[in-house]
Amino acid sequence: MALADPTRRRVFEQLRSGAKPVGQIAQAMPVSRPAVSQHLRVLKDAGLVREEQDGTRRLYSIDPAGLGPLRRWLDQFWDQALDAFRAEIDRTQPSTRRRKP
Amino acid sequence: MSPAVSFAPVLKSIDVDAPPPRAFEVFTAFRWWPKSHSILASKSPQAAVTVEPHVGGRWYERGEDGSECDWGKVISWEPPKQLVLSWQINGNFQFDPKIATEVVVTFTAAGAGKTHVALEHRLFERFGAEGEKIRAAVDSPAGWTGLLKMFAGMAAA
Repeated sequence: MALADPTRRRVFEQLRSGAKPVGQIAQAMPVSRPAVSQHLRVLKDAGLVREEQDGTRRLYSIDPAGLGPLRRWLDQFWDQALDAFRAEIDRTQPSTRRRKP
Repeated sequence: MSPAVSFAPVLKSIDVDAPPPRAFEVFTAFRWWPKSHSILASKSPQAAVTVEPHVGGRWYERGEDGSECDWGKVISWEPPKQLVLSWQINGNFQFDPKIATEVVVTFTAAGAGKTHVALEHRLFERFGAEGEKIRAAVDSPAGWTGLLKMFAGMAAA
């Protein structure tokens, strides 16, 4: 898992306060800038962090749709599940079930 | 310590043609659950999904072969308004009691025998950072591994 490495977790946690360029993240860390870049790449590949271009800089931020594939899977799964739930409601309308008021 | 990071929850909603008590009843009977969504180790076809109607109750599936697999527990049971379940299925689609993400389902009357059903699947950080933290703690020399080694040493002494 991408967050198993403690340094990588610290890189990730730095992004809690907002999007940052590599340099700014590296300043607050006892590791080199290339090392931070490497961690960011792993986090990006894991779908935890996203990269955006801001003029000439690249900014890194926590992907709000984080945990990438798993969250995406759950997102579409719950759509499908709730549709099935509604279909069940429609299929079992109590028209044949008599209830006294 | 609170989880270090938080993730956007999955938010879904749907309107159904039933008043809240019936919507709650049908939802919690789970007969609508897509049968393809099963994590039974036996790979047996899914026979039923059950939620025990009380706080602390089990949420689990049963296969046609009688085998069962836990999915989570009932955190809150408030018919016909709200249901909170823990979802303890990890990214490898295995039951993992160390993680507990939450599924909150809220039923709101939407007039004329309709219900607005809102579903929130939240606390994803427990899949990631928190889950990793727990695993790291368990695997650390101070965790279970260390304790077991110490125990083994004492037993051998």
